[in-house]
Amino acid sequence: MADAITKSGFTAHDEKITARSSLFYRPQAKTGLMSWLTTVDHKRIGFLYGVFALFFFLVGGVEALLIRIQLAVPNNNFLSAQQYNEMFTMHATTMIFLAIMPLSAAFFNFIMPLQIGARDVAFPRLNAFSLWVFVAGAIILNIGWFMHDGAPNGGWFGYTPLTTRTFSPNHAIDMWVMGLQLLGVASIAASLNFITTIINMRAPGLTMMRLPVFTWMTLITAFLIVLSFPAITIALIELMMDRSFSTNFFEVSNGGMPILWTHLFWVFGHPEVYILILPAMGIISEILPTFSRKPLFGYPIVVFSGACIGFLGFGVWSHHMFTTGMGTVATAAFAMTTMAIAVPTGVKIFNWVGTIWGGHISMRTPMMFALGFIWLFMIGGLSGVMHSAAPADAQQHNSYFVVAHFHYVLIGGSLFALLAGIHYWFPLMFGRKVSEFWGKLSFWVIFIGFNTTFFPMHFLGLNGMPRRTFTYDPNMGWSNSNFIATIGAFILGVGVTIYFVVMVYTYFKGEKVKNDPWDGRTLEWSLPNPVPEYNYAVIPVVHARDAFWYQKQHKAEIEAEKAKAAKEEELHGGIHMPFQSLYPFIASLGLLIGGIGVSTMDSNPDPKVIVGKKLTVCFIGLAIFLYGVYCWALEGNEGYHIHLDNHGDDHKH
Amino acid sequence: MSSVASGAIDHHHDSTTSTGIPNKKLLMWAFLASDCMFFGCLISTHLIYRLHPPAGTPAATQVFSIELTSFSTFILLMSSLMMALAVNAIQKGNLKSMRASLILTIICGLIFLGCQVYEFNEFVYVKHLTISNSILGTTFFTLTGTHGIHVLLGVIWLTSMLIYSYTGRLTEKDAIDVESMGLYWHFVDIVWIVIFTVVYLLEYI
Repeated sequence: MADAITKSGFTAHDEKITARSSLFYRPQAKTGLMSWLTTVDHKRIGFLYGVFALFFFLVGGVEALLIRIQLAVPNNNFLSAQQYNEMFTMHATTMIFLAIMPLSAAFFNFIMPLQIGARDVAFPRLNAFSLWVFVAGAIILNIGWFMHDGAPNGGWFGYTPLTTRTFSPNHAIDMWVMGLQLLGVASIAASLNFITTIINMRAPGLTMMRLPVFTWMTLITAFLIVLSFPAITIALIELMMDRSFSTNFFEVSNGGMPILWTHLFWVFGHPEVYILILPAMGIISEILPTFSRKPLFGYPIVVFSGACIGFLGFGVWSHHMFTTGMGTVATAAFAMTTMAIAVPTGVKIFNWVGTIWGGHISMRTPMMFALGFIWLFMIGGLSGVMHSAAPADAQQHNSYFVVAHFHYVLIGGSLFALLAGIHYWFPLMFGRKVSEFWGKLSFWVIFIGFNTTFFPMHFLGLNGMPRRTFTYDPNMGWSNSNFIATIGAFILGVGVTIYFVVMVYTYFKGEKVKNDPWDGRTLEWSLPNPVPEYNYAVIPVVHARDAFWYQKQHKAEIEAEKAKAAKEEELHGGIHMPFQSLYPFIASLGLLIGGIGVSTMDSNPDPKVIVGKKLTVCFIGLAIFLYGVYCWALEGNEGYHIHLDNHGDDHKH
Repeated sequence: MSSVASGAIDHHHDSTTSTGIPNKKLLMWAFLASDCMFFGCLISTHLIYRLHPPAGTPAATQVFSIELTSFSTFILLMSSLMMALAVNAIQKGNLKSMRASLILTIICGLIFLGCQVYEFNEFVYVKHLTISNSILGTTFFTLTGTHGIHVLLGVIWLTSMLIYSYTGRLTEKDAIDVESMGLYWHFVDIVWIVIFTVVYLLEYI
């Protein structure tokens, strides 16, 4: 019926689009490549984040399988030591920055504005800019594979002095630094956008304590990003200055201290892992109530715990450094704060269990992934709190016990929640539902494969197997567990493949569903599918938490409100839509070119040449970036208006 | 809504947002929080290394010229005053006064940058403190250089806004853009006050 509204009353571009000059012509393509490059629609941007994230998830998965092949048997020579270093570096960097974070961003973009009753984010072009800069960063991180210098190989945490020019003389680390800087820019820009949107663009009646938990987690994650990324930005700048301009930040002979890198990195790195898990917790907090047909148990405390985790997350970073000799006081302090942060996390788990308890449980695929999340994340959390005891960590640090821990929280936690979210919101995004049989099959194969791979690693770690070593001796007693883990990894690979094939199949040919197939509780389910370009025909008024559930119980009241609001919106000139723009893409292109110049090209040693090839490429990149930014600023932020037929009738007039 | 009906623009309250704060202002404040952490890490790096000077590190008191730096600090503070006047002017729709204040802000900013360039030259060629020959040089030039780049970007932004104001397209309703720029400029000034205290003055206690 909603489609009838849009079809009958849709009057796009009823105002003459005033282009100031041909320079500021606003792109209008709604289909085709240009429509994607110039889109400012949060739903399309979210979709693009998702597509890129899933692509890089497969890349990271291949890198993982190569690692597991190398480790399947002792003294293997499938990968050289150098290749192995590139694999574990890139597997981690790819999975963290190019898979999990952008997949979370896909949901932030698509779902969050719908949950707060908004028509888009606060700054649509900045949103597009974040997306394209993310793509630029992803490219720079990965071009090493195609170059003589090879891919980055210093570990995803890039410890100095290994990553200084002395010990990593070629450009692999430069590409790692530049790629991460661009990803940082993208993340910060996107987070500033989300903070402004959530705080300032909520529907009337939507107070902060009525926000869906996923939106709350989006907000907390955005604050974490905005406050923690500067630490790694500075660390990377200092490393780049050391590598390119002979500064002494980490140069021991001139007074530098490599441990500074470690501190700065983990001041970022610890909040980063909360950035990876909080969105997942938000998704779970949406799915469990829906499939238990009960409101979230203890909503205020779940929100407050999320905020506590975010805040305390800045106080635990040196638990990654217990064995660096910080001294008793520092070590004890960080051990205590790390134990403390387990508390709000545990509180959330109790609240999730409380949500399911006594509910009318519907064991659909999203619910199975969500239940898997609770169990597996808890195991990961238990091994985590084992790390928090510094004396025990002296044994566990740098061993496979840590690898087991973080894969349980990252795969069992973050990934399971994101996979659940894809199934859950698929009907809203694409109007189709994934088949229960294939969804559940993919869940079980992934579940079995994942546990087969990573559970043995707890024992491998406690039996002394160190991380990041490309092979091991057959006498160590590690051979059987490693072999089992490799089998598990391939089962996991099969499970992921099934999941992907099913997803793609469902996108094209899956069972079509009407809106609200799960009898949802939050506002996004009140929309028709596919969601119209402008999201809400009428901005809803919110009366309670689980706003859509209230709407379903008070249909008459809501209808009257809607009619009144529709009249008011029409009086204000209709639905305001932003114009598309190519300049965010152009600005990102400039950053990509400049970034390639900085990180992949050699400086010209000839003193007679003032502006050599490298500087030229950098200047071209800068010029394109500035051109993009200036045109973006000068093209203005007008838009066009859409007018809808008030009665939803199929009149033509 | 009533302010729209009466014709006067309310520069302090935006009724279309949930909090009443304009989106652009909230964005700039959130960005400045991030930039705060950014400078905080650089300042921390300097402070940490200050406690562990290796043998042969030049003494900062032998290198710095407090007179010059005090002068440039004063100029930057005055530029913030000019910036505030510019914002006030555009909020009243007084374009001429805004342009004058912007020009003065830019001039003060350029004088500050000029002093920085002079100071850097002195340090490198006369006092022999370079970015690569000591840890003090590394942290000092990176920190103040990063701040200087922030000032330069601000000057470029101010100049662009000034030129734009001559096209006739900048009016009172765009005051929020000038105000955002003002917030950025004041932030850069405040960071300098922290740097001046923690890098320069601290050496003399």
